Amino acid sequence: MKKMRVRLKIWRQESPQVKGHFEEYSLNDILTDMSFLEMLDVLNETLTKEGKRPVEFESDCREGICGTCSLMVSGQAHGPVLGATTCQLYMRTFDDNELISIEPWRAKAFPVIRDLVTDRRALDRIIAAGGYVSVKAGPHADANAMLVPKDLSDRAMDAAACIGCGACVAACPNASASLFTSAKITQLALLPQGQPERKRRAINMVAQMDKELFGSCSNLGECEAACPKRISIQNIAIMKQEYMKAALAADFRAGMGSADGGA
Amino acid sequence: MVPLKRLFTSTLGRKYLMGATGFALVLFIVLHLLGNLTLYSHNGDAINAYAAKLDMLGVGKIILEIGLVITILIHIVTAIQVTFTSKNARPIPYESLKSKGGPTKSTLGSRNMIITGLVLMVFLIVHIVQFRFGPEIEDGYTATVNGVMVHDLYRVVAETFMQLKWVVFYVGCMCFLGVHFRHGFWSMFQSLGMINPRWSKPIYALGFILAVLLSVGFLFIPIYIYATQGGAA
Ligand code: HEM
Ligand code: FES
Repeated sequence: MKKMRVRLKIWRQESPQVKGHFEEYSLNDILTDMSFLEMLDVLNETLTKEGKRPVEFESDCREGICGTCSLMVSGQAHGPVLGATTCQLYMRTFDDNELISIEPWRAKAFPVIRDLVTDRRALDRIIAAGGYVSVKAGPHADANAMLVPKDLSDRAMDAAACIGCGACVAACPNASASLFTSAKITQLALLPQGQPERKRRAINMVAQMDKELFGSCSNLGECEAACPKRISIQNIAIMKQEYMKAALAADFRAGMGSADGGA
Repeated sequence: MVPLKRLFTSTLGRKYLMGATGFALVLFIVLHLLGNLTLYSHNGDAINAYAAKLDMLGVGKIILEIGLVITILIHIVTAIQVTFTSKNARPIPYESLKSKGGPTKSTLGSRNMIITGLVLMVFLIVHIVQFRFGPEIEDGYTATVNGVMVHDLYRVVAETFMQLKWVVFYVGCMCFLGVHFRHGFWSMFQSLGMINPRWSKPIYALGFILAVLLSVGFLFIPIYIYATQGGAA
């Protein structure tokens, strides 16, 4: 198997309160077929053996489905490969002895907890503000009782591919969460199950997004390029329509901004 | 009215304002260029006749002008708010932040709309002072079109563009207009949610074509006048 040398420049930060700094490391004998996170595992084993504190980073499934891994690799969210998460990135992508910088996602809404780990609960709070459908649980409904046109279900499923990793925010020069929020609004707005809460959902999720102090969308499209699931900024256009319709709907104005909403 | 106020202070609402005022400005600037094409004729009669027609709108013209100023002010104030919201959203910058390419529309121009915009703002002030509030009939700037005495706007323009420094200033500013317009045209459709997958690419391409046509159409006016009459002054 082929081996390579790696030089790393990693952001180290003890806690949210203290200032962080970069530290440099170098590794020999990294297999080119290792994943990026396996390479970091090797680094951490080395550091542990030397009695030093390992580099904190997040991962869970390591197969691109959970959205936990979240590294800014040499200035690009999830590294240079389009449509892939950090855990799907392989060392053969890099040159031998290349200097790779690793930073945490940077946004006011994503405070650093330690090293490369950030608090991304702001995204959860946006979902909690309306990214769900309320159902009366009862007997299992018949399959095909509710018909959905194929093109709409396709578009809804494309939006639903979002794994909530936050790469859109991380890559956006404005640190805007528009792609995430719009995907969560669109996936429900296009389906019959999402209709009853449609207006309230758009209003409340956008209000929560603003409350978390994310930036404003300038239509740069960098989020779509960074998204490991290739979610289109078309969803942002749909969010703009949803929000405008909801805000202009007279019957709704009275309830605007109430997060609990009633029903 | 409180809900509407809330609407326009949300990040999405601000973009509706940017997009709507952007639309109005695009419409204005296209008409403005079409009108200014009269400057490419060999003498001042065409532009003077055109200006005289506009003056006949009387109060209507003043109202349009005030509307335009309000539109620009909303555009600028919102642009500054939008920019600050985004700057505050990332207090600690990345050491390196690189575009991932692919479908991105992130370019030096699109990331710096506020810079090209502020240059345009300075330009607009200079431009309005120079031509809208420039020498009038009372200052002896008169011409005769079809036997009627009118304001010689052509002379005001020509005297400016006989000076190389103003030619350079205008040409430079029109390049900034082109860059601003290149992202702005596509962006305003997206900001208003007026885009679908089929139209996204054509609209983005049209933005480029219009940006080139507009900036080149405008910037050749001073060059043309300087080239044909520069020595005469
Ligand atoms: C002739 C003048 C102008 C025209 C035709 C024009 C046109 C446009 C258009 C069409 C947009 C896109 C709107 C959107 O993204 O929804 C835009 C965006 C923008 N304009 Fe202008 N504009 C002009 C002058 C200015 C001026 C004077 C400023 C001064 C600050 C400015 C600042 C901006 C900014 C910052 C944006 C981007 C906002 C964002 O981040 O999304 N523009 N402009
Ligand atoms: S660890 Fe689950 S997506 Fe990367």
